[in-house]
Amino acid sequence: MGDQGTFWLPEAASTIAGEVDSLFGFVTWVSTILFVGVVLAMLYFAIRYRRKSPGERPQPVKESKILEISWIVVPTILVLLVFNWGFKTFIKMGVAPPDAYEIRAEAWKWNWRFTYPNGTTSPDLYVPVDQPVKLRMSSQDVIHSFFVPAFRVKKDVLPNRYSQVWFEATRTGNFDIFCTEYCGTAHSDMMSTVKVVSRQEFNDWLASGGGATDDMPLPELGELLYEQQGCQTCHSMDGSPKVGPTWKDLYGKPDHPMADGSTVTADEDYLREAIVEPGVQIVEGYQNVMPASYSSLSERELAALIEFMKLNSKYAEEGSDG
Amino acid sequence: MDAATKGAEVAHEEHHDEAHDQNYLQYEPGIWNWLTTKDHKKIGIMYAVSLALVFLVAGVLAIMVRTELVSQGETIMDADTYNQVFTMHGILMVFLFLVPSIPAILGNFVLPLQIGAKDVAFPRLNLASWYVYMIGAIMTCAALYFGGVDTGWTFYTPYSSSTGGGVIWMTSAIFVSGFASIFTGLNFIVTIHKMRAPGMTWNRLPLFVWGLYATSIVQVLATPVIGITMLLLILERTMGIGIFDPALGGDPVLFQHFFWFYSHPAVYIMILPAFGVLSELIATFSRQRIFGYRAIALSSVAIAMLGFLVWGHHMFVSGQSAISSIIFSLITYLIGIPSGIKVFNWVATMYRGSIWLQTPMLYALSFLFLFTIGGFTGIMVGVLAVDVHLHDTYYVVGHFHYVMMGGSVMALLGGMHYWWPKITGRMYNETLGKIAVFLIFVGFNATFFSQLVLGAKGMPRRYYDYVDRFEALHQISTYGSYVLALGLFIVLFYGVYSMFFGPKAPANPWAAATLEWTNVAALPDPHNFVRTPLVTRGPYDFHLADEVFGSGDGVGDGQAASLDVPEPAPAAPEPSEEAPQNA
Repeated sequence: MGDQGTFWLPEAASTIAGEVDSLFGFVTWVSTILFVGVVLAMLYFAIRYRRKSPGERPQPVKESKILEISWIVVPTILVLLVFNWGFKTFIKMGVAPPDAYEIRAEAWKWNWRFTYPNGTTSPDLYVPVDQPVKLRMSSQDVIHSFFVPAFRVKKDVLPNRYSQVWFEATRTGNFDIFCTEYCGTAHSDMMSTVKVVSRQEFNDWLASGGGATDDMPLPELGELLYEQQGCQTCHSMDGSPKVGPTWKDLYGKPDHPMADGSTVTADEDYLREAIVEPGVQIVEGYQNVMPASYSSLSERELAALIEFMKLNSKYAEEGSDG
Repeated sequence: MDAATKGAEVAHEEHHDEAHDQNYLQYEPGIWNWLTTKDHKKIGIMYAVSLALVFLVAGVLAIMVRTELVSQGETIMDADTYNQVFTMHGILMVFLFLVPSIPAILGNFVLPLQIGAKDVAFPRLNLASWYVYMIGAIMTCAALYFGGVDTGWTFYTPYSSSTGGGVIWMTSAIFVSGFASIFTGLNFIVTIHKMRAPGMTWNRLPLFVWGLYATSIVQVLATPVIGITMLLLILERTMGIGIFDPALGGDPVLFQHFFWFYSHPAVYIMILPAFGVLSELIATFSRQRIFGYRAIALSSVAIAMLGFLVWGHHMFVSGQSAISSIIFSLITYLIGIPSGIKVFNWVATMYRGSIWLQTPMLYALSFLFLFTIGGFTGIMVGVLAVDVHLHDTYYVVGHFHYVMMGGSVMALLGGMHYWWPKITGRMYNETLGKIAVFLIFVGFNATFFSQLVLGAKGMPRRYYDYVDRFEALHQISTYGSYVLALGLFIVLFYGVYSMFFGPKAPANPWAAATLEWTNVAALPDPHNFVRTPLVTRGPYDFHLADEVFGSGDGVGDGQAASLDVPEPAPAAPEPSEEAPQNA
């Protein structure tokens, strides 16, 4: 299994991938053989029996019972074979081994959050190699879907019940997580990464609480939260508008235009409200789509995010003077 | 003979026949007469014009989608616009184009002619169907005006309960246009049962009629379900009744069940008539009886029935129970078999035939190539474990475009070329036709085969942006779509040209053996048949069809054949129209 995958399939990095790939390969090859047969027969007949004079009146061909029965029976056997194979692998995919390590996964527009048994949370999925991992997943808003192409697993994430998916990574490395149930504006940005690491590395990472943040200076913590909380999906740091307004030069901006025609100064109080209760005032030209879930951020975290914005704003100097 | 002599000859005939002949286009002209016509042929044409417009708009939207995806990041539009564009492409193509397409255009025009009837059973209902369809189309425009729709054509809840001002208008439009579909289906079922000409037994029905019959059953039985589903969605959005939205105590997966209970059978509404068209094309241009006529006829009905029992294969990863998924997968395979049988039978029909590679036949051969890929990729996504990987990726997008465009649209294009002389009374340009079919075939494969590969590699569908490794394949797909579009515009161009300047067509340019060619004038009479035909043979019994070789042969074939001048066809209206010149 190379890093590049095959002509059809991506790299394979889970225990189930090999089985899925053989099945995919089998169906592809049998299909190709039958397809080439059909097309060659078609082309041969088209050339061999091409009309030579407009008055041709070919004799009707007698139907052959044996031929007709054979092309009912043979495909039926083939598809039943494929069905049975697919069914067995599907059951394996559906039933997690009893010793699987359980991680909670939450999805919301347009981010993922993974919570570990010790309370550590992370926007990326850290898992140890060669260990069955089970995700118990739920959504805060609409339906999302958890898809890791390299693992060949996918499962919808629903708002009203838990769904689960399991896999066992066979090698270390970083692999894409995609959302595969259409969920609106930033659906295609709702990506994350599975970081498959050695058991030792995983334990260290987990013990540090996914990287301790208690002693961190506020602007640094803010930068970390900007990534972890998924702010970057909708708010750029380079001045370009995404789903939401950019954070560059936002802090302290004097006439920040609102949808209702008014303007505000983007001071600490405004920014705090915009994070905690995003629906109260909408910036001109943007939709009211930011989830309310950020109201659960702690005071320290809110302060950290605002400090981070301050660091990236040209208005910060004048603001601090006044 | 060449076009010039033919033109002269036809002009000569015109003077000759004007006195006693009248065709359906000259009969009751004027816009008001068209809008109140009960002639199935004119209603077919009105549908053709409306659907061509929808196809053009939805096609332009597709080109916009492909252009946006030609490179990473923003190319020509932002994410919200993109979401609306692909949503409208899907909705227009599925609900307002593919579902009505072949039955409403070709079915309306050809069905009564093929069974020897004066019209459909309920001509007023037929006209009503077009008006209902137009109301649906206007409501679609209203949906765009009231904020647009960005839900994808599947309207999955709870996303669709929470977004976009146009969702209610759009779902209402689908509710309304569903009735157009039901009216057409009902009309066809009764027409086929009650209005066949003497001698037109069930075993002598052209296979296009069998295809329409199977389609009509599905239309009448399945369409009410989408109507009810859309109504429930409207109730939820307007009155806050919790049916699908978990915030109100509903179940979003229930919506998926309802939706696919209609939308899977709808796939057969789109493909069964295409199967029918294909049988006509293969038989006529191979001049051979359809191999396994009964198998093809009955497999259509079998597909129509089984089609109701496989909706859950769209939901293998939705969280439905594993047992359901397993049963749905098994039944899905059973439905794959009849489609396979048809392909084998069509290829076998060409054996020892007399194969004439005109444009309609080239579309038929393209169909066999593309639909077979569509079928095999369908088997692939039906495999439980593999579908987990492929679900909601470009593989699925590629699969259904191979089936819907490679199948239905190819058959529609083939059928439009085939019946064009009967509809317009004129021939199209054969050379341009062949160039176009070649461009469409090559462009189509470049566009959608690359999508199959993209999907297998893990590219999710409905993505505005993508990661680096998918860029090359997306570019191939986009450039392919331009070639495809070029081919389709050439068809539009020579089609319009032919309507005004095309050479006049003879009554039976393809030497076909079904009633609309053998017993109907070049441009049909307003009442189709001057005398009710008497059917004495099967629809593809060329060896018994002396009238085909007597009156029609030679004109379309380019050269007159020195055949024995045959007995006139039973009740044929103009037994010797062409014969004197050809002899």
